[in-house]
Amino acid sequence: MLTKRIIPCLDIKDGRTVKGVNFVELRDAGDPVELAKIYSDEGADELVFLDITATVDKRKTLADLVTKVAKAINIPFTVGGGISTVEDVKFLLNAGADKISINSAAVHNPQIINEMAAEFGSQCIVVAIDTRNIDGIDFVHTHGGRKATLLKTQAWAQEVCDRGAGEILLTSMDHDGTKAGFSNELLAEISSALPIPVIASGGAGTMAHFRDVFTFGKADAALAASIFHFKEIPIPELKGYLGNEGVSIRK
Amino acid sequence: MKIAVIKYNSGNVQSVLYALQRLGANAELTDDPEVIRAADKVIFPGQGEASTAMRYLKERKLDQVISDIKQPFLGVCLGLQLLCEHSEENDTECLGIFPVKVKRFVPENSQEFKVPHVGWNELENLADNLLLKDLPANPFVYYVHSFYAELSDLTIAQTHYIHDFSAMLHRDNYYAIQAHPEKSGLVGEKLLANFLSL
Repeated sequence: MLTKRIIPCLDIKDGRTVKGVNFVELRDAGDPVELAKIYSDEGADELVFLDITATVDKRKTLADLVTKVAKAINIPFTVGGGISTVEDVKFLLNAGADKISINSAAVHNPQIINEMAAEFGSQCIVVAIDTRNIDGIDFVHTHGGRKATLLKTQAWAQEVCDRGAGEILLTSMDHDGTKAGFSNELLAEISSALPIPVIASGGAGTMAHFRDVFTFGKADAALAASIFHFKEIPIPELKGYLGNEGVSIRK
Repeated sequence: MKIAVIKYNSGNVQSVLYALQRLGANAELTDDPEVIRAADKVIFPGQGEASTAMRYLKERKLDQVISDIKQPFLGVCLGLQLLCEHSEENDTECLGIFPVKVKRFVPENSQEFKVPHVGWNELENLADNLLLKDLPANPFVYYVHSFYAELSDLTIAQTHYIHDFSAMLHRDNYYAIQAHPEKSGLVGEKLLANFLSL
């Protein structure tokens, strides 16, 4: 049976992980390769690296990091942050990334999704959507959720799917950082409407939140950062819990 | 031991090379027929579209090289599909090593079954085969694909998604796996190590 995926997300700046990490086994909490290896050994199903520097001159640093990660771990990983051209994608896939994630660039130039999917295949193009609810309507936001757009989230999700996105990474800005649970209603609406997998992000706080996002939220995968970094929820424990709750999970 | 990884216009073969490096094997990425023929083991990775890949192989006469090869040969992902007889992906005649047809997943209920089949799924009904030596029962492997090979007498492991399909095939010196062993954790490493020990 196909299993639901648990995906830790690592924020990268100048080739190092940022935001707190609290792993006692780590010699160096900032080393993304070491952290990736730990998550991979603990049973994470995939990893996402989000480059928050993402300026052109830092690209080389990111590519070097991607190569180090690819050499060290044996599970799939996605790289995102500031990717806007077919050349960017080629550069990172050649460096060893399995998938890339685009966000603001897709909003500014939707045609880029078609171009990337045609060139590299849909399977490696993840479109990240940041969404926020304003007066009862879900709108797409860009620039890390800071800038509102006039795009409605459900319609944009359908469009990126039609243009060839292989997966959607949906982050609810309303839930992100609250640890009060994922945006299950919106996730279920989008996941049910689309033929491609949806990765849920924003709001993970307890193990029950993961159960709920897979059952009520109909998500195919769930992403979280700090609760994994600070070991509030160890991945083996989470997977044991989900298995007991009847969620199909890789042991 | 010399390992040739066939170079063609398919995506991300780098991760296959890294996986082999982790096993201490040094592989060469090559499209040179002489190097491929002289290797002890040959790996045919793949990701991409069937008809474009077949055209590329034919233009370089690599289709003949692959058909004539006598040493252990492993097709991965699109590599498995190209070793079959025919693919529904752009109605493509493939290499015909396995007399098996490749079809597109058609879900009856798109809410329950999405295409592509992405993520970790189980290998079931494992045959008594050297490639599967010492694997745990129903091990998980990582998949990303929209087309699958039908079950056949040559199936040595199957996976269920929408219906059962050939997760792995074996005939003579030809082995193939639809999942990505290079991305399938310890199970994938074991599969690659078993292939290297053939």
